Amino acid sequence: MALHTSQSVPKAPGGTPPGGLRRPGGLPAPVRLRRGLATHWYAWAMVAPVVAVIGVIIGYPLVRGVHLSLTDADERNVERSIGVNHLPATYEFVGLDNYADALTGDQFLSTLGWTLMWTVSCVTVTFGLGLALANILNRRIAGRSFYRMLLILPWAVPGFVSVFAWRFLYNEDRGFLNKLLAGGGIDAVPWLNDPTWAKFSVIAVNIWLGVPFMMVALLGGLQSIPGEMYEAAEMDGANAWQRFCHITMPGLRPVSTTVILLSTIWTFNMFPVIFLLTRGGPGEATQILVTQAYKFSFEISPRDFAQSSTWGVLILVLLMAFAAVYRRVLRTQGDTW
Amino acid sequence: MTTAAVPRTTPADAPSTPAGAGTPRRGRRSPLASVALHTTLILASVIAVFPVLWVLLTSLKPAGYATTTDFFKEPTFENYTGLLRDTPFLTWFGNSLLVAGFTTVLGVFTAATTGYAVSRFRFPGRRGLMWTLLITQMFPVAVLIVPIYNIMSGLGLLNRSAGLVITYLTIAVPFCAWMMKGFFDTIPREIDESGQVDGLTPFGTFFRLVLPLAKPGLAVTAFYSFITAWGEVAYASAFMVGDENLTLAGGLQKFVNQYGAQWGPMTAASVLIAVPAALVFLFAQRHLVTGMSAGAVKG
Repeated sequence: MALHTSQSVPKAPGGTPPGGLRRPGGLPAPVRLRRGLATHWYAWAMVAPVVAVIGVIIGYPLVRGVHLSLTDADERNVERSIGVNHLPATYEFVGLDNYADALTGDQFLSTLGWTLMWTVSCVTVTFGLGLALANILNRRIAGRSFYRMLLILPWAVPGFVSVFAWRFLYNEDRGFLNKLLAGGGIDAVPWLNDPTWAKFSVIAVNIWLGVPFMMVALLGGLQSIPGEMYEAAEMDGANAWQRFCHITMPGLRPVSTTVILLSTIWTFNMFPVIFLLTRGGPGEATQILVTQAYKFSFEISPRDFAQSSTWGVLILVLLMAFAAVYRRVLRTQGDTW
Repeated sequence: MTTAAVPRTTPADAPSTPAGAGTPRRGRRSPLASVALHTTLILASVIAVFPVLWVLLTSLKPAGYATTTDFFKEPTFENYTGLLRDTPFLTWFGNSLLVAGFTTVLGVFTAATTGYAVSRFRFPGRRGLMWTLLITQMFPVAVLIVPIYNIMSGLGLLNRSAGLVITYLTIAVPFCAWMMKGFFDTIPREIDESGQVDGLTPFGTFFRLVLPLAKPGLAVTAFYSFITAWGEVAYASAFMVGDENLTLAGGLQKFVNQYGAQWGPMTAASVLIAVPAALVFLFAQRHLVTGMSAGAVKG
């Protein structure tokens, strides 16, 4: 897709590099750098703002975060100001102790277990429902755009608003869902107050939030599959299920691999749903890694910055490992993603 | 059979309304199948719409009846007038608007040229930059929130809108750059070439030719980063305290907490927050997925 910058330079006035247009291979490093600058300076100038911003506001905090995770920093020993007094940081470097604690302790592993369960169930159900709805909406059906608009609504409303809406519906004493059940003679369900029900409830809300994106993305993918392919398959006697397996699914592959990756990462880090619905409770039943790390640094006392950073770094490592493996698996299956 | 001449559609310009553009007209569906399809769609639509609709209906009931199951009960706007009169809702709204607005403008302006460079040129560092943009989008809040909190506290920017804007740029900049790359990819390269033939520098090509064509893409990117900042919860809850500094995400939490819930003002506030966002969203959404998945798929 992308053009070699060196190819477009000669057309630009004033940008012609001195001394011919040969590729700079085999030249000494300073010369190569000078050639590189002459050839690519505008590409570099264009990306400079983003590189600077990323370096300053993401790179530097990231380094600080990794550093904090190697210390015993908490609320009492970080640099801080109390009134006019300025207290310097007194935390100490403790090496990998925090990581050893996290990986050998129960809390991290059990939270990780639930986080994985949460991610897998949310992503699979969301993908399944999104695929089903996209397939239905891809047919000729009366009122299609109307249905589509209604189904997209959960995506259009800001997430935190929807989560509060669900909290309203889930309310144990007076929520709509339990009143509905009471109307049918069923006992009130402790939607958010029982560990198992709470897990079910948060997953349901996240699925509700996630289906519209999945559906719209997959619908776009479906519409890019040429109709002739279905026709040809039909001529050859393929039934609906076979057409789905051998045309629809392979045709959706580029889109579905992307949305599954995105959706997995988003769900893994889905802070608002858990935080606003249950705050991780009851107990720690619905606490995923991100909300627990948040809790360490902002909800407990004294705030445990070191442990929070440790969890943060571990989450990042897990996600990057997942993305790398995912990409490798796709590549061995012949995708050039 | 009339499908032979059906034009191929790509995700980039997939039409949503022309029925059956990607689907061949196969044999007629049986009435039973039609009923089943419509039932499924109606059921799904009800589930999708109901929570939102319920909040809207509740906001129109007197606060005392908030938890009744009637769809309408003495409709009134008193929740709205009460919300605007007795709570700092408008302040929160203003704070959110300010923070999200600045984030969007700064994010889009910073990222536009990068999106273009990554889309058009091969230069040393391009691959690394693309990976960085991709990976920074997976950054969990948890890895940055503590160090940013400490840095902001050192700079005295905690509890300030400016601090939150800077923080949100960590999300907005990589995202905008990535998404705009997707949009620039859809603009034919011939346009750039014609500009260069006519003697424009790469910057001239970008600002005079490509950027005007990419306006819809810019608008969608801007809108999406606005919505992201508008709905952000974690940083806002951690950094902003005190009634007059909260953004909407923090403010709404004031109505519903462990001590009880004021559903009346909460639902009214929800409606006022959601309606403008939802309206614009429904206009912009067709381009959203295109930009995002195009950027990701074409790598």
